[in-house]
Formats: sequence, structure tokens, C-alpha cells
Amino acid sequence: MAERKIRVLIAKPGLDSHDRGAKIVARALRDAGMEVIYTGLRQTPEQIVETVIQEDVDVIGLSILSGAHMALFPRIMELLREKGVKDVLVFAGGIIPDEDVPKLKEIGIKEIFGPGTPTDVIVKYVKENAPKRT
Amino acid sequence: MLRKTPLKELENRVKGLIEIEKLIKGILAGEKRSIARAITLIENNGETAQKIISAIYPYTGKAYIIGITGPAGSGKSTLIEKIVKELRKTGKTVGIVAVDPTSPFTGGAFLGDRIRMQNLSLDEGVFIRSMASRNSLGGLAKATKNTVRILDASGKDYIIVETVGAGQLEVDIVKVAHTVIVVLAPGFGDEIQAIKAGLMEIGDIFVINKADRENADRAVIDLLSALELNTHKTWKPPVIKTVALTGEGVNELLKAIEEHKKYLQTRAFDEKRRKKVEAELLEAINQRITDTLIAELKKEGKLEELIRKIMNREVDPYSIAEEILKEKISKK
Repeated sequence: MAERKIRVLIAKPGLDSHDRGAKIVARALRDAGMEVIYTGLRQTPEQIVETVIQEDVDVIGLSILSGAHMALFPRIMELLREKGVKDVLVFAGGIIPDEDVPKLKEIGIKEIFGPGTPTDVIVKYVKENAPKRT
Repeated sequence: MLRKTPLKELENRVKGLIEIEKLIKGILAGEKRSIARAITLIENNGETAQKIISAIYPYTGKAYIIGITGPAGSGKSTLIEKIVKELRKTGKTVGIVAVDPTSPFTGGAFLGDRIRMQNLSLDEGVFIRSMASRNSLGGLAKATKNTVRILDASGKDYIIVETVGAGQLEVDIVKVAHTVIVVLAPGFGDEIQAIKAGLMEIGDIFVINKADRENADRAVIDLLSALELNTHKTWKPPVIKTVALTGEGVNELLKAIEEHKKYLQTRAFDEKRRKKVEAELLEAINQRITDTLIAELKKEGKLEELIRKIMNREVDPYSIAEEILKEKISKK
């Protein structure tokens, strides 16, 4: 029987023009033995949720720099609910002001990592919190 | 005598069976979440995977399977996006399995093929799955073939399988696909490279992608002259120039695929199928036996002892393998 690998989607919603941070996180998770799918830039919430479904991931990492998180993240969470995707861990990273954090946590984004977070903190978090599925 | 099984365990087993039943119905109805979950099960769990495959097997064999292989960076993913766009214009549904390499050092993988196929992600008639190669070396993952079956049973007309960036020996794709397309870019090497074994022997169609670059015509000529040496084949693989980014040459490629499909139907199809079935059966037997023997060795705690013996140079691995085989077979 093969060992269960954690599958992670790193997604870039919105109109950010660079994805350095997303790639660094993706790389760190890969080096920690996970299977990381990367969407590429400029994804709509619909595209992201469709990818989540087709790739059947355990974890979603949303990366955003543009400031549109309060519009895009709720939409993504709503679509996930609509499509019946329940057993995934969602975390986020990028430029997100402190005052927005409680609101995002309320809608189901479990953790938010700001700029400068060491990658091993994120790796540890994902390893410990990824849903255990069979 | 009734064996006493704890109620909880029985309950879980029944639940498991109902889940699998639901999954199979979902797959046959083309329902995306069922397809996706089934693929995960196939990737991870031998026993459940086998149940799913046995159940859907009668519904497979309808899709036409196209394999795309070639070196990393030759443009496979981008080309697939364009091929699928064309197929969708004719109303055909498509499943895509894109394999990327697993790191042999960390066991992790970065699956980036979707990035080039973003324009397909919202198309209801397309299902894309990224897959890590895990411990396989032939350019595909172990789960690839059965993933293709799931997509086949779900009613997809075409299934496209993209291998990891392939060099010379990653040729497992021939065991899965009806038509194998080898994608190269100008500068792949001279005629001598093209004569070498492996990749060059498996293409039913060759593509020189990035044909807007210098030396594209040279590459076509080198390839054609190498292919001419394959005199024993009745199918002469065409060489097609494409520019995947703009879609140039994609229609010619689709025509070549159709031609090869027709060729298979009239001639070698049954023989090719027979060979594939034979190879798969042998592999399945092989796998079963190996797994069983190794599991026994581990259970008996012998494996570690043997490894130590080899490390101390007391004996070589091959003699041990021989010994194990004799011992286990005589016991059965």
C-alpha cells in the first residue's frame, strides 16, 4: 500500500503580476514531500474551485498581493461550499492587513501567513493540519 | 463458527462498500467529484483501487487515447491545450492526465502542467488531472493507466496522457496510448540522436514544435531521414511542424491523429491491443507475486537481516533473491 501523500493546491486569485511568494511556498511544500499543484497567475475563483475539485486536493493555499482578498476569498469559500467541497484545509498568504484576519478566519480560512513567514512554519502548519483522509 | 467482529468495524466496512458503490455510479455518470476521488483512491490504496477498477472495467475501451511525450520544455502542455480546443469545437469531450516527476530525494512533486492549460479549466467537457510519477521510471505513474480507465468509463471521447519530460527510455506511454505523439523542439540534436533507441522508436507521429525558431526545417529533415531507416514498419510516422503558442500546425496534427486512428482500425489494432493486454497481465502477476513475497519477508522480520548480510559482503543480492524464490515457491 502506498503512503498517503498530501496534495496541495497553491492558487493565485486575482490580478497580481508576480508570484514569487507562491512559488517559494510551493517549492518548500514540495521539498517537504508533498505533491503541489500550481495554478499559475490570474485565476478566477471559479477556476480555482474547479481545479480543487478535479485535483481532489487536501489543502488549498491562496496567495494574494493585490488587496482584493476581501472580495475574492469570500467568493472562493462560497463556491467551495456550493460545490460541496468540505474536507479541505484552506490557508492564505500575501499582503493581508491585520484587521482583515478575523473576518477571513470567520469565513473558514484557517490560517494567514504574512510576508517574512519562514517557510518551515508553513510546512509544519500544513503537515499538522491537513485533513486525514483515506 | 462465527468469527466475532467488533460492531464498529463491520459498520465501517459496510460504509466503505456503500461509498465505493456511490463512487462507481458517479464515475459512470461523469460526475467530476466522483472521478476525482476515485483517482485519489487509485493513487493511494491498492485494495480499494482494485475494487473500483473491477467494477468499471466493462465500461472501458471506448475512449481514444493519445499519448504526448518528449523532452522537458518542448511544449507538450501548451500543445495539448490547443489540441483540446480543436477537439472541443467538434463537440468531443476530453480527459487529460498530466504526469510530472516526483523528486527521488524528497518524494515531493511540483505539478505545473495546468498552468499551460488554464483556458480549459472552466470547460464542462474537459477534466484535467495532474499526477506525480511517484516511484515509476517509465515516464508515467503507476496509477496512470487506471486513471485513464476511470476517465474512459466516465464517458470521455478522447483521453490525452502527457508523460514527464522524457529523454530516451521513458517509453511506458506505448502501453497506454493508441497514438503516441513525440514532441521535439528544434535543436534536439542531430540525426545521430534520432537514431538512438527509445523515444524515437515509439512515435506514431512526430512534432517539431516551436517551428518558428531557427533550424526547424533542419530538425524536420534530420528526423525524417532517421525515421526512413525504420523499414520494418507499415505505418510511416509523419513529421509535423507546429507553433503551439499560436496554434499553427495543430489542424495538421489532428488530421494525422485521425489518419493513424483509421490505420489502427483497419490493420494492427487487434494485435496492438493483444500485446497491451498481455503486457498488463504479466505485470499484474509480477506485481502481485513481488508484493506478496516482500510483505512476507517483512512480516517474518527477515528483510533487515538479509540487508545486513549483503552490506557485510557475506552474500550478494542475486543469490538471496534466488534463495528466497526457491524457499517460498516450494512452500506453496
